[in-house]
Amino acid sequence: MGYLANAPRLDALIEGLESADSIERLQSASVAFRDFYGVNHVVYHWVNSAGEQYGCGTYDDVWVDRYLEKGYLRVDPVIQGCYQKFHPIDWKRLDWSSKAARAFLQDAIAHGVGNQGFSIPIRGPNGQYALFTVSHICSDEEWEEFTTGHRRDLILIAHCFNQVALQLEPGRAPDQGQPLSPREVEAMTMLAIGLSRAQAADKLSISEHTLRVYVESARFKLGALNTTHAVARALSRGLIVV
Amino acid sequence: MIRYIYAEDLHAFPTLAHTMFLDRADQFKTRLGWEVSVDEQGYERDEYDDQNPLYVIWENADGTHGGSMRLLPTVGQTMVNDHFLHLTDGVRIESPFIWECTRFCLSREATPGVAAALMLAGGEVMKEFDIEHFVGVFDARMVRIYRRIGSSPEILGSQGEGRERISVGLWEFSGEAQASVAKSAGITPEMTRRWFERSFNATEPTPMMDLAVQTIAAAAAPMSLAA
Repeated sequence: MGYLANAPRLDALIEGLESADSIERLQSASVAFRDFYGVNHVVYHWVNSAGEQYGCGTYDDVWVDRYLEKGYLRVDPVIQGCYQKFHPIDWKRLDWSSKAARAFLQDAIAHGVGNQGFSIPIRGPNGQYALFTVSHICSDEEWEEFTTGHRRDLILIAHCFNQVALQLEPGRAPDQGQPLSPREVEAMTMLAIGLSRAQAADKLSISEHTLRVYVESARFKLGALNTTHAVARALSRGLIVV
Repeated sequence: MIRYIYAEDLHAFPTLAHTMFLDRADQFKTRLGWEVSVDEQGYERDEYDDQNPLYVIWENADGTHGGSMRLLPTVGQTMVNDHFLHLTDGVRIESPFIWECTRFCLSREATPGVAAALMLAGGEVMKEFDIEHFVGVFDARMVRIYRRIGSSPEILGSQGEGRERISVGLWEFSGEAQASVAKSAGITPEMTRRWFERSFNATEPTPMMDLAVQTIAAAAAPMSLAA
């Protein structure tokens, strides 16, 4: 899984993903993340609060059609293992012992899906549900190294995809995203003017621990990669003024 | 032993589930006098039990419940965000790296080791799923229990006085804190590891490379015979 030379940085990719306003742009974001990590596939599927299913990702169309035609939804251990859950799952932790599961894996490998996978189920508000998956062809050791090194970022990216998908829910007005609460605005403002976490916490009369959680909540609501990125985004959107 | 069970799978552990909901009624309604609802079966359940939470449960040797807690992702519906915003400065705590931990319950017969085992099991969840904090709601009595086992939450906000005091707090579980809880409870990291593996792995981890080679070889076999 070599990184591409001159590849865009992760924060630029997140930025691109966050501005996606259509399924087509989510699709191109999945390609960008696949290329960034140098893995075979990145796939994101979701079921909105009205129960409608959508998907985007880099799997071959032939495989997607075959998956539906063969009714693999019923035998795919990834679906069985992730549905209604909310913890990330490495495919090697799933039950591949049945004949049907093995036949399915063989077919998946033949269609270039890969023999390794890492899936992150997401449970959003109002019954919304999603699954983000990265898959690849490599040895168990290489995969272990990849997932251990990137697990946190993959969880973060999965949730960024999901936040965009939530914005695309029918009937949802643009920019109806979570506004920051006054307290989050204060915390972000302190960081934006250059105070350290300790100073900011002191000014707000809260513990540093609490500040961290408020900043992390704001980061999530802003769909940002990290605190610096979140501060920049809050400034550019006019949510905080310094 | 500790078991990690999603609500949808509780049916496979009928005794454990039955005694957990009875113990919750005993703790929250009978002993603490909280305004919780207890159904005709004597179970204390609320709307969050219907959201397919992940329960972390201490199972006694006879299969009954010794203690438990309930985990939910904060990007979905949570008790703290739905009902206790006034205790978090109005901040909806939402992050893939923060889970909510509620209904921390100990049966009347629970030994001190049960609470410690639950905290360690929570630590295992944090480590394996990249969770940085648990956020939860608890009362004054629980503050003492958490302190005793060496895992005091950071209080975000409180309301009420004395025994009635309800707080929202945060847990961060550092390696040192985990080691000290483990030591005082006499629970080894191997034990917490084994409990976790047993619940989250359908089987021993599958060697995916070997499996791929096998399945492809098996499929190719008839062709080579024909040739």
